[in-house]
Amino acid sequence: MRPEMTAASVDTGLKTSSERGALARARLLRGLLPALSLALVLIAIAWLNPRAISYFGFSLMLNLAIPIALATIAQMFVIAGNELDLSIGTFVGFVGCVTATWLKDAPLIGVAILLGSIGVYALLGALIHLRNLPSIVVTLGMSFVWQGLAILVLPKPGGKAPDWLLAIMAFKPPFVPFPIIAALLIGLIVHFGLMRTSYGVILRGSGGNPAALGRAGWSLLKTKIVLFSLAGLFGVLSGMALIGITTSADANIGNGYTLLAIAGVILGGGEFVGGRVSPIGAVLGALTLALAASPLLTFMHIPPDWQVAANGAILIIVLAARVLISRRER
Amino acid sequence: MPEGNADIIRLSGAEKHFGAVRALGGVDFHVGPGECVGLVGHNGAGKSTLMHMVAGTLTPDSGRIGVHGDIEDNYSVSRAQQLGIRCVFQELSLCPNLSVAENTRINHASLRGFGWRRKAAELIAAKLDEIFPGHSISASDIVGDLSIGRRQMVEVARAFTVTQDRLDLVILDEPTSSLDAHTAGQLLAFVRRFVAGGKSCILISHVLGEVLRNADRIVVMRDGKVVVADAASAFDRDRLVTAMGGAEARQKAAAQVAAAKPEASPLRVRARPAAQKDGNELVARAGEIIGLAGLAGHGQTDLLLAIFAAASRARAGIEVTAPVALVAGDRQSDGIFPQWSIAQNIGIRSLARLRNGLLISPQREAELAEFWQKKIGIRTPDMNNNIFSLSGGNQQKALFARALGSDAQIVLMDDPMRGVDIGTKLEVYDLVREEARNGRTFLWYTTETEELDNCDHIYVFKNGRIVANLRRDELTEEKIIQSSFGDAA
Repeated sequence: MRPEMTAASVDTGLKTSSERGALARARLLRGLLPALSLALVLIAIAWLNPRAISYFGFSLMLNLAIPIALATIAQMFVIAGNELDLSIGTFVGFVGCVTATWLKDAPLIGVAILLGSIGVYALLGALIHLRNLPSIVVTLGMSFVWQGLAILVLPKPGGKAPDWLLAIMAFKPPFVPFPIIAALLIGLIVHFGLMRTSYGVILRGSGGNPAALGRAGWSLLKTKIVLFSLAGLFGVLSGMALIGITTSADANIGNGYTLLAIAGVILGGGEFVGGRVSPIGAVLGALTLALAASPLLTFMHIPPDWQVAANGAILIIVLAARVLISRRER
Repeated sequence: MPEGNADIIRLSGAEKHFGAVRALGGVDFHVGPGECVGLVGHNGAGKSTLMHMVAGTLTPDSGRIGVHGDIEDNYSVSRAQQLGIRCVFQELSLCPNLSVAENTRINHASLRGFGWRRKAAELIAAKLDEIFPGHSISASDIVGDLSIGRRQMVEVARAFTVTQDRLDLVILDEPTSSLDAHTAGQLLAFVRRFVAGGKSCILISHVLGEVLRNADRIVVMRDGKVVVADAASAFDRDRLVTAMGGAEARQKAAAQVAAAKPEASPLRVRARPAAQKDGNELVARAGEIIGLAGLAGHGQTDLLLAIFAAASRARAGIEVTAPVALVAGDRQSDGIFPQWSIAQNIGIRSLARLRNGLLISPQREAELAEFWQKKIGIRTPDMNNNIFSLSGGNQQKALFARALGSDAQIVLMDDPMRGVDIGTKLEVYDLVREEARNGRTFLWYTTETEELDNCDHIYVFKNGRIVANLRRDELTEEKIIQSSFGDAA
């Protein structure tokens, strides 16, 4: 008998302690994978260009990591409820355009628009639950709506970020670069909220076994609305952070974020169905993608024309490694 | 006040229709304090529907529900929870992505705020210790990593945990279907203690002996109605089976089975478990029904899966000489394609034969499905309905039809009768014997000792090894238990 056959668990029976140990190891390995892939990318960068591993180098390389991490967290909330948000990228772009225009010129209206857009996300969650619609279809449609609205708000690239936002994003703490601190904070806060609180359990349970949750008397409508609102909230934060860094906006600025966010969640140990997500993993996944996206490839002297394709190749390799490890778990 | 005052729950004239199908036709049902009510009936007799009403997950189309003597107009799950009524559903209702403690939290709204994790973990650990001493489940285990038996233990224990709401009645729907004899015994002993403490239980089980031994009162349902309700002492096995309207009481199949098959019939499977150290091996010949016995999870399923794999790729220690089909035990996760129709679910193992050019011929698929619908008695108006429109027993029949309708000469059965009603079981037993007479070979892992009566040869497993090899006429329950618990290696 092949060795993996003996290690594979038999669902119908008792598991010996060694089998359970193997399962726990596989789970640990999967939990560590986001950290490992990040370490791998960092080692590669250090090897190619040792000077990049410095306060200044990290500040530069991780420049765009914060908005990507926030967008990834937004996507993670949606995936936790067994849905998928294909509109998060254009939504981030829309928020960016509002931030660079209304939020600067008429802060009250700007805030109202942003809050309203979170409300739209909540309504989408309700609609998807009540009408039992596939979220992919609804959010694909919404992605064009957000894109259109972004173009209405800012027909050509421009605008300017509010000064307070610029100040926040330009913050330079001692010793540790700001993006790293921000990523840590985002990861820990969301981890606490989703993984440690008692309502976080309900939110994840709604992805794991919705029927069981309904039978226990919880409202699935409410969990879906909460998850989508959180996605909206983090999408807004992502858009604002992005404009804080780029200082001006463009209606297409966030388009790449949809796929980056999905890849970040999966890279971070999440799964498309079953409520298995990891906020810290998602943030690490986002950092990995942010580093692999351009600094690594530039150091490898890959011409910009080829970077997008190389980026895709890296994604495939890392995600394939993840799938192989999760398969061992079964 | 009328006598209803003392009842924990009383349903009168409960009716329920699903579309054109009448699931319940005016049922009166009650449970008093300190009694264990056994509920038996075929799959599709309305037991689950009735229990869903008691638990508040379904509301009756007409009829009244009274709890603790008061009429409940807006009865719901959360109301049932408040009134101390819980249900362990047949299909597991745990979240596989959460830990045991987190799953406990889902059933207790009051487990929140600072320190809820510790409280939840202590609550479920204490209850598991009480019901299943020596269970070796940790509150921090992720449910998805647990075996199906352990999941059932968690689910049962969770139903008995108490925080702020009272607890008067627990509905146990097939609670022992995935447990081995030892843990099932622990659970039933706990149920007796629970009932002795003045609380109540409803016990639904297809293992009639379990109901006869543990219930105080037995209610028999058939076709959406209660046909008999009487003290358990007034029943015996035969009366129960007759009341359920099932096929006539089981005749000892032994004589029939023993209709000595010549030793010379061709070899179909020769297999040695990976952990086997001595020379014992499993040998199956054409036309034989081979039983795999022993406690749950001692390597029986492993061996079946190894044989299944060996059929397509040669592997050491296993010889397979004919096509193989597997009837899965965990039909929800390993057997059924949930999005597909009944006919598609049956045809998937026979696609080569159903092909017409490059495409599957819908006509041949329908013919195959229709043939097996008649032969095995799948109760549905239309085989093109989704597979989930069937009751559990009928879903399992469809899986049998998938295997038996294929070209497989060897059929592996991984405890397929779990949670299936006695009528369906008897029909399938007959079919298996008939197919064996026609030359098919069956390897049958079962946790129910009675099913072994159908087998020619029984191999008892312990710790992944074959520890005993019994002929049908040597088989007794004692021998199996002896080998399963013995130290022999």
